[in-house]
Amino acid sequence: MSGNPDAAAAGGEWPLWEVFVRSKAGLDHKHCGSLHAPDAKAAVQLAREVYTRRQEGTSIWVVRSDQIVASDPGDKDMYFDPMADKVYRHPTFYELPDAVNHM
Amino acid sequence: MYTQAMDTAPREERSALEDAALQQRFDARIDAGEFIEAKDWMPEHYRKTLVRQISQHAHSEIVGMLPEGHWITRAPTLKRKAILLAKVQDEGGHGLYLYAAAETLGTSRDQLLDALHTGKAKYSSIFNYPTLSWADVGVIGWLVDGAAIMNQVPLCRCSYAPYARAMVRICREESFHQRQGFDALHVMMTRGTEAQRAMVQDAVDRWWWPSLMMFGPPDAASTHSEQSMRWGIKRISNDDLRQKFVDATAEQARVLGVTLPDPDLKWNEQRGHHDFGAIDWAEFWRVVGGDGPCNRERLATRVAAWDDGAWVREAALAHERKRATKEMAA
Amino acid sequence: MVASIALKPDAHTRYVLRLADTCLVWSHRLSEWCGHAPVLEEDIALANQALDLLGQARALLTHAGRLEGQGFDEDQLAYLRDERDYLNVTLAELPNALVAGARGDFALTVLRNFFLSAWMLALWRALERSSDAELAAIAGKAAKESRYHREHAADWVVRLGDGTDESHRRMSAALDRLWPCTSELFDADEVDAAAAATGLGPAWDALREGWLADVQAVLAEATLPLPPAPAWRGDAKRGRHSEHLGPLLAVMQVLPRSYPGGVW
Repeated sequence: MSGNPDAAAAGGEWPLWEVFVRSKAGLDHKHCGSLHAPDAKAAVQLAREVYTRRQEGTSIWVVRSDQIVASDPGDKDMYFDPMADKVYRHPTFYELPDAVNHM
Repeated sequence: MYTQAMDTAPREERSALEDAALQQRFDARIDAGEFIEAKDWMPEHYRKTLVRQISQHAHSEIVGMLPEGHWITRAPTLKRKAILLAKVQDEGGHGLYLYAAAETLGTSRDQLLDALHTGKAKYSSIFNYPTLSWADVGVIGWLVDGAAIMNQVPLCRCSYAPYARAMVRICREESFHQRQGFDALHVMMTRGTEAQRAMVQDAVDRWWWPSLMMFGPPDAASTHSEQSMRWGIKRISNDDLRQKFVDATAEQARVLGVTLPDPDLKWNEQRGHHDFGAIDWAEFWRVVGGDGPCNRERLATRVAAWDDGAWVREAALAHERKRATKEMAA
Repeated sequence: MVASIALKPDAHTRYVLRLADTCLVWSHRLSEWCGHAPVLEEDIALANQALDLLGQARALLTHAGRLEGQGFDEDQLAYLRDERDYLNVTLAELPNALVAGARGDFALTVLRNFFLSAWMLALWRALERSSDAELAAIAGKAAKESRYHREHAADWVVRLGDGTDESHRRMSAALDRLWPCTSELFDADEVDAAAAATGLGPAWDALREGWLADVQAVLAEATLPLPPAPAWRGDAKRGRHSEHLGPLLAVMQVLPRSYPGGVW
């Protein structure tokens, strides 16, 4: 199986799309899965059919899977561990007198 | 990120020492109950096992649309028609979520379907039995979906996260499937006619033993179980799940007023479980091996749908290519 | 066996039944695709449309039952009426294939979907102003569904009309088969006249121009020619159907008919 989208299309396979659904106004779009569709418009419609039948959505985003850029799990250590010791970024690091502790 | 990106990544050359270290780290993660994601390193055997298990689960959902789908046009009330159509549609959706999960492991839906259509991949043998009456539809919801739920809930904690997430979605939808089946039977048994009650009992007589077989061969005879347990893919043994199912269902049968066709089924106070009769494993292996009542038909129907639809799928791609070309030229 | 019920519908009830039966029969045809569609995603989409139409049919049948006055419910109307008392249009009852018994033809299905949903959308929009409050309420909900159905179907007509040579050929064959049945959608009789007079709803012939403009645009984009006005006109809305409704109802109605007193 090739990583070339044109080759996949020539072989007759519909491209894969990742689906993101916003459940309520004001919330973020969340990734909920993927589906195959021949074009962008169909991808949105089919996402509505497959992923929002139980009123799970008010907005849909679709992205071709091969367009997603992801961090490499192999780099997890260098990407995310350094955040662990910067505790001064968190409000709980600071002890204040009771009178003003609601800050 | 998923299929295509994984394939273009160059094969890294690793030493045996590096592989051993990766294997050790992987085992440690599994033992710690951590989730494995799509791009994490994993042993080839783990990946292959998951592709096989997830895709066969997907195939089961798709083939499973056929026995009940057979009754949509004959549903006896408009409400039951809507319910059944929504239920069978859900099975299609479950198949879709599972194919999507399998695709994160470096395969494609077309490849998976090809394995099904050429007989290389299996699907749950329960769907090789015929649905001969409307009551079969209710019994499938009650027993077959009931058994499926027992198998599926533990999978929500499967070590491979995309599969676990698909299972969470599926389990949320599955409970309606069992409830609608039980409801349909309950109405017929408690408010229906003599003829309807006879129809229900007849359906139970035919589907009980095949439902027990859904949990797979006894633990002693199950080849894949041990490694799958080790990897956190399988959480509870076949026999344990089967016992749970019998215990729950015996009680439900009493509420329905049907008799389960097993003279040896009875509560064992000492064990705290129901004893039940011997399963005909010869029948199980026969049906799994391809000689059940509907095997050839089920597969032929799926192949026909796929082949008949080839021109549609091609046309959709051709249209998009034309549109994209026009857009670029503009 | 359970015998058929006999209705005595007035013009108002007939007007509603024509829509109810069209939705019911069309939904039934769509449901035949479940498990057999060209691709899983589309299988789910077709089932959604079938469910929408079934919901519209149920609401309309319940309303018609009340209007008719003998107290029949949605199931009695659906399962115990004879073929000649069904008032759906011919387009709805045609099988999913060019020849009865053949496996489903997706081209025919999407073209039928487009023709009927474009028509239903126009009807529902007009019915939102109906003097019949219940009908207006049903229309408010149904118009949103029909709008989506029309768009989904139109997209497919274009994809297949302007896809490959083979898909174009199949769409042409479907157009050839279905076009003669479209004249019936704009056939107006005394029931329509009464509806227009009382503000119940538009006479069907009032919808022709708008529908034709809509269809013309989509067929053009699909590189399909707009055929000339058909000479044939069906009579299904008055209970004289094609050969296809009989077998459809025989399948649909079998269980309640064979289990007298059955409760489901």
